[in-house]
Amino acid sequence: MAYKHFILVCGGTGCESSKADDIYKELISQAEAQGVKDDVQVVKTGCFGFCEKGPIVKVLPAESFYVEVKPSDAKEIIAEQIVKGREVTRLLYKDDKQKDRIKVEDIQFYQKQFRIVLRNCGIINPENIDEYIARDGYAALEKVLSSMKPNDVIAELKKSGLRGRGGAGFPTWRKWEFSRGPQADQKYVVCNADEGDPGAYMDRSTVEGDPHSVIEAMAICGYTIGASKGFVYIRAEYPLAIERLKIAIAQAKDYGLLGDNILGTGFSFDLEIRLGAGAFVCGEETALLKSIEGSRGMPIPRPPFPAIKGLWGKPTVINNVETWANIPVIITKGGDWFAKIGTETSKGTKVFALTGKVNNSGLVEVPMGTTLREIIYDIGGGIRGGKKFKGAQTGGPSGGIITEEFLDLPIDYESLTGLGSMMGSGGLIVMDEDDCVVDVSKFYMEFCVDESCGKCAPCRIGTNQMHSILERITKGTGTMEDLDKLEKIGHAMKRAALCGLGQTAPNPTLSTIRRFRDEYLEHIVDKKCRAGKCKDLVVFSIDKDKCIGCGLCARKCPVNCITGDKTQKYTINAEACIKCGECFKVCKFGAVLKN
Amino acid sequence: MPAARIEFSKGLQDFIQEWKDKPGNLIMILHRVQQEFSYIPREAAERLAEELSMPLAKIYGVITFYHLFKTTKPGKHRIAVCMGTACYLKGGQTLLEECEDILGIKGHEVTDDGLFSIDAVRCVGCCGLAPVLMVGNDVYGKLTKEQVPEIIAKYRG
Ligand SMILES: Cc1cc2nc3c(=O)[nH]c(=O)nc-3n(C[C@H](O)[C@H](O)[C@H](O)COP(=O)(O)O)c2cc1C
Ligand code: FES
Repeated sequence: MAYKHFILVCGGTGCESSKADDIYKELISQAEAQGVKDDVQVVKTGCFGFCEKGPIVKVLPAESFYVEVKPSDAKEIIAEQIVKGREVTRLLYKDDKQKDRIKVEDIQFYQKQFRIVLRNCGIINPENIDEYIARDGYAALEKVLSSMKPNDVIAELKKSGLRGRGGAGFPTWRKWEFSRGPQADQKYVVCNADEGDPGAYMDRSTVEGDPHSVIEAMAICGYTIGASKGFVYIRAEYPLAIERLKIAIAQAKDYGLLGDNILGTGFSFDLEIRLGAGAFVCGEETALLKSIEGSRGMPIPRPPFPAIKGLWGKPTVINNVETWANIPVIITKGGDWFAKIGTETSKGTKVFALTGKVNNSGLVEVPMGTTLREIIYDIGGGIRGGKKFKGAQTGGPSGGIITEEFLDLPIDYESLTGLGSMMGSGGLIVMDEDDCVVDVSKFYMEFCVDESCGKCAPCRIGTNQMHSILERITKGTGTMEDLDKLEKIGHAMKRAALCGLGQTAPNPTLSTIRRFRDEYLEHIVDKKCRAGKCKDLVVFSIDKDKCIGCGLCARKCPVNCITGDKTQKYTINAEACIKCGECFKVCKFGAVLKN
Repeated sequence: MPAARIEFSKGLQDFIQEWKDKPGNLIMILHRVQQEFSYIPREAAERLAEELSMPLAKIYGVITFYHLFKTTKPGKHRIAVCMGTACYLKGGQTLLEECEDILGIKGHEVTDDGLFSIDAVRCVGCCGLAPVLMVGNDVYGKLTKEQVPEIIAKYRG
């Protein structure tokens, strides 16, 4: 039986939390109630990426792209589109410029994107292995097992130029080669799905939207290095991803694509899921392996690298989710094809979780070498509320800030490192003039204080020291000497800390001091925070010339510290003010002043 | 006389049996225990030490290392306010303070009636919807402070 229509409902976590599941069920029951259930198949897919406008529903073959759909819209979608063949215009995505209906490929958000990793997200039902197979899934594994030697696989990866997407950008082929070399009674393959960068969700969406791509790649690695066992280490905070992965592993076993004697070739490979338990440092590979072993996740010095001596002392290849998801495509389309995409040193694409003060938050995949301007302005639709761009943070708490003058730099591993930031795993957080760089640095440092495992002194003590200095600066009691100290401690930590966490923890602070020294000085010398974020440095007052005496601010003030009347206008009692900023927000006449 | 042993459900006992001999099982078993009790009671840790033939100190070493494991009982409805970067920039702190004001407790505390507890968490992976707050498994995104009282009221029932 062939369906005439397909309705794809986004089942990523973002949309799911906005009732996508109810929409899905309602569409099915409406199709039944209206007697068209044989004409239409309703599918729950992975993330479409356009999270800002979720929940998203797409109807094929009409290519109708509906945004911000509610369960109550299901009835109309079925009645109008499926029964009568007319689009529900009111739900169609419209952008500011083109008021008319736009086709999916014309949506700005998707135009500059190029999808390899997210190839199946938002297209297939991730809980159905047949849909993955129908889109060339497991073709790479079959090709490898039937016609390639381990050496050939490594050669193909080498040609592709694929580098690790977990942050450091280490060439993937080399890691595999290291592990393939030594003889050992057991070797392991591990997927790092710990995704600790707060504000990033690429790996979550990939596992939720296309779990088989990771499974297939891990089996290919098992064959290449001679491992029969793999682990996916995934954050316990991602229940939906864990569920989809469990289903996918079970289906792959059923189909003989995992387990003993895969595809009758004599090669055996089994996968197990292990859960994290909320420790950022467990994203670091040696700590992660300790955690799989059931211990406290404390990093150990490298070398030896896990590729030689990893899980339970055995050679272990550990790669990031996104790295894995690239591999089946490299095998089927060839390393040369992949190497044509990207820049000289960085091949392929990168997925970013674009968040913060942009108009279109979401998940974007672009070729390496795309500029930040293209990502933030063309795809992201620019800065929210017409505010001024201040900077973009890549690499999360390990990265740095990128300012206006570098917006046109093609991004790849080297260019970002050159700016004092790093590629990181793909968090891309946009800040505007209302964000204070000192406050944000303090935020990241507080995160590192919480997450430092405490094993080495430079990190344990250094993060605390830097945090208390940053705290003083935001409170207006910092000194010029403090600024020097921040830099000194930071550089010492970079050299002396045991693992990447401590070595990179000073980065957000050092990079903001470098790019926004004037703002630090303002906090220290003038006791001012131009963004108005550091409450101790902000004073609210009312401009009598602008105040029309409406009294809205006084009514909103939670501590009743604003008094006045229509004739006298209003004043704020600075002593009693708790600096919540409500008056500033509600005044329609710009009469409330900050600073 | 030894204290009465803490009850483990059949499901939990089966789980422990299944995992008992797998290397590196402790964290998986602790997750399952926490699923059962909503935290890890001391008696449960003691019973695990016995059944897994593992020093209690090792078990506590692991429990206290990982943020997700709790040694005290949380509220019936656990409010998790996201303080990941995306949510922080869009006002996560304000949401947290609003929850604290309404319930009269601070982060990591439980209300007297045992109904609510508040935690500040790091990124729940819905950054596109920032700022985000969760109650149990329900996610609420794109929130303003004004919406918080209504959300909390829903769970008072
Ligand atoms: C503090 C710290 C946190 C990390 N967190 C992650 C993470 O969440 N996800 C990840 O894939 N890699 C993370 N890494 C990088 C891993 O150590 C490792 O480089 C990566 O898993 C290797 O895979 P790749 O070569 O595919 O990138 C982290 C590293 C450090 C130092
Ligand atoms: S930062 Fe709040 S969900 Fe990611």
